[in-house]
Amino acid sequence: MTLEPGTGPDGVPTEPATPVAEPITPRDLIVSASPHVHAGQDVPWIMRQVLLALLPGLLAGLWFFGLGALRVLVLAVAGCLACEWACARLVKRPATLRDYSAVVTGVLLAMNLPSGSPWWLVLIGSVVAIGLGKAVYGGLGYNPFNPALVARVFLLISFPVQMTTWVVPQGPGTALDAATGATPLGAIKEAVGLGRTVAEAGAPGLRDLLLGNVGGSFGEVSALALLLGGLWLLWRGVIRWQVPVAFMAATALVTGVAHLADPAHYASPLVHLLGGGLMLGAWFMATDMVTSPVTRRGLLIFGAGCGLLTAVIRLWGGYPEGVSFAILLMNAATPLIDRWTRPRVFGEARRLYREADAA
Amino acid sequence: MKFSGGVHPAYHKDTAGLQIEAMPLLHRYVVPIAQHLGAPGKVLVAKGDRVARWQPLSEPVGFVSVPVHAPTSGTVKQVAALPHPLGRPMLAVEIESDGEDRPWEGLAPLGDWRSLDPAALRRAIQAAGVVGLGGATFPTHVKLSPPAEKKVDLLVINGAECEPYLTADHRVMLEQAAEVMEGVGLMMRVLGVPRACVGIESNKPDALAALRRACPADVAAEFVLLETKYPQGSEKHLIYALCGRRVPPGGLPMDVGCVVQNVGTAVACLEAVRDGLPMTERVATVTGAAINVPHNLRVRVGAPLLDVLAHCGGVTPDVGKVIFGGPMMGIGQFDMDVPLIKGTSGVLCLRDDEAVLYEGGPCIRCGACVDACPMGLVPSAMGLIAERFRFEELGDWHVLDCIECGSCAYVCPSRRPLVQHFKRGKAEWRDILEERRAKTERDAKRAETAATA
Repeated sequence: MTLEPGTGPDGVPTEPATPVAEPITPRDLIVSASPHVHAGQDVPWIMRQVLLALLPGLLAGLWFFGLGALRVLVLAVAGCLACEWACARLVKRPATLRDYSAVVTGVLLAMNLPSGSPWWLVLIGSVVAIGLGKAVYGGLGYNPFNPALVARVFLLISFPVQMTTWVVPQGPGTALDAATGATPLGAIKEAVGLGRTVAEAGAPGLRDLLLGNVGGSFGEVSALALLLGGLWLLWRGVIRWQVPVAFMAATALVTGVAHLADPAHYASPLVHLLGGGLMLGAWFMATDMVTSPVTRRGLLIFGAGCGLLTAVIRLWGGYPEGVSFAILLMNAATPLIDRWTRPRVFGEARRLYREADAA
Repeated sequence: MKFSGGVHPAYHKDTAGLQIEAMPLLHRYVVPIAQHLGAPGKVLVAKGDRVARWQPLSEPVGFVSVPVHAPTSGTVKQVAALPHPLGRPMLAVEIESDGEDRPWEGLAPLGDWRSLDPAALRRAIQAAGVVGLGGATFPTHVKLSPPAEKKVDLLVINGAECEPYLTADHRVMLEQAAEVMEGVGLMMRVLGVPRACVGIESNKPDALAALRRACPADVAAEFVLLETKYPQGSEKHLIYALCGRRVPPGGLPMDVGCVVQNVGTAVACLEAVRDGLPMTERVATVTGAAINVPHNLRVRVGAPLLDVLAHCGGVTPDVGKVIFGGPMMGIGQFDMDVPLIKGTSGVLCLRDDEAVLYEGGPCIRCGACVDACPMGLVPSAMGLIAERFRFEELGDWHVLDCIECGSCAYVCPSRRPLVQHFKRGKAEWRDILEERRAKTERDAKRAETAATA
């Protein structure tokens, strides 16, 4: 059971090789179930792609909100990593920092916070995101809700003042104690609530919305930068098109119909697509693999649900922004969607499938 | 027609240009009695017996059973449980070669298949121990005997060879094109079907051209170049790709009027009938980054792995895995004394750094496996269920429809050992079904007894 390491094609042996100095014993060989090769991607690779794709949006946020944004980013990432490490330690499991998922959560959380957030708000958010949003369920892969959004909504409900104090962007030099103002969607909501029209709200133009020169959470403002990153993710095959496309289409459809019916009180669908957290949500939060369905049909339903709920909350809800709530609600519906959209087994007749499913 | 799912692994068909070379005679062969799916035959020889090349070593014990034959002449050294590629020792005949390679006198060539009736052809194919060479090793005569109620109208010839690295079928199609097509005609005659369809992946257009050129006028065969995509050579997917018929879950190709045979099997059938030669050799690709001199080898069944590797210049010091078959579905070997058998389509030697160990992180529900599964299953959910040993739930997820092609595990970014889970899950679910059946039977018997009392 030993094997001579080959030395080349010199001489064709017709007799069994004899054991030699450096035998290869069975212990040296790996025996495992097939397949024996792999496509190459792994979880850290996926997470690194997401981080790279977030870079344009992040840079845009840093450009508009300056040092304040950087401070939020560093605090959130550090907080998430520390919490991830502590949680693993608490349950005596190997640390999972290397899968980059905590970094992604940290970056997404930061991008969902106002650049003027106090340090304690960011840290509480990190603990809630990793601890309450992920670790309590068993860590990566087992959380039903998007951890960063759990934290964002937790903070929004618990600290509404801090969470809706938006710094007015003034470029890289934006001071830490800069002036504050409303987000475009907030301004429109307030104006309409007071009986005025959308035009009278004095919201920024589409060009500012596209570039990100508006108030808001520091990572959500630049629709263009986020869209670029999202398209890159799509091109790299990390996300599937169904979620962002269905998300944007559903939002555009509902807000578009409302706008056509009553342009004075309902903003144009372009404002809704480019404003608020829609781009960040549709390309980076709703596409979170863990908390969205596994089938493509399921992802279409999921994305459309997100878009529909976002539009409904924005137009007729109490909050000017609805992306976070919409995604969390659809996260809750994910197991159900997965159940509905089980693919048909190869060769199975449609009728048989229904019967099998009902049984 | 294209099936959904599947993957595009790196093909590494580096040996496609290497002519088939006959492996020299060895001093020793180990011929397992069980080299096919079905009942192992009854051993006919004992220690000390002199055997001749092609002499039967076992006889079939029933319909789904085939004999094995001596690969060369010599003396039976032992009949014992010896290492087998499936992982545990199994009954085998060890033969010490006498170097004469003396042929058996009992060979009974039948001559031209065109003048023989199907029953005689079938008998000859079974007596020659012919099994499917695509890897599943199902006895060929059984596949060629569909029950009367199944109307078979199409013979599908599998020349897809979708497993990466393997080029044995490719070479057979190039070098033995005429024999392949004669074999196809023979099998069509056995089945009584009007036409055959040969499916070949688009990376082997030369094989298609060779077969088309070699096709005799009286063999009504069509040739189709298929998309190069794994697992194009899976029976169900090949049939769908060629004629759009879908084999139902749990069904067989004959349920949609098809019988699928591999190109190498066609040659074996022809040799069994024309020359009366039993299946004692096959073409296998010995390749991979960890073998010094890759080969397409005509190797006699029973040749120990060690000798085959030595013939190919030996393995490199950084060998990490030695696989029988291709990288997607092959079986990793740990004992260098296992023999190559009828089902061994190749020996793949991977380096340490190429051999993946599926350590298995948490499922991140990315859905890559769902996209990749050619059977329309949800491997992500099934993996989680199997991991928790909730095997009784796996039936609802159609685990028995899993063809173990490995596409799911190939793409899984968490490197979850999905195929391992499903292999075990299938076995466990079959046990559960068997238990349920037995219980129903017992209950029925009890009720019967109670009623008569």
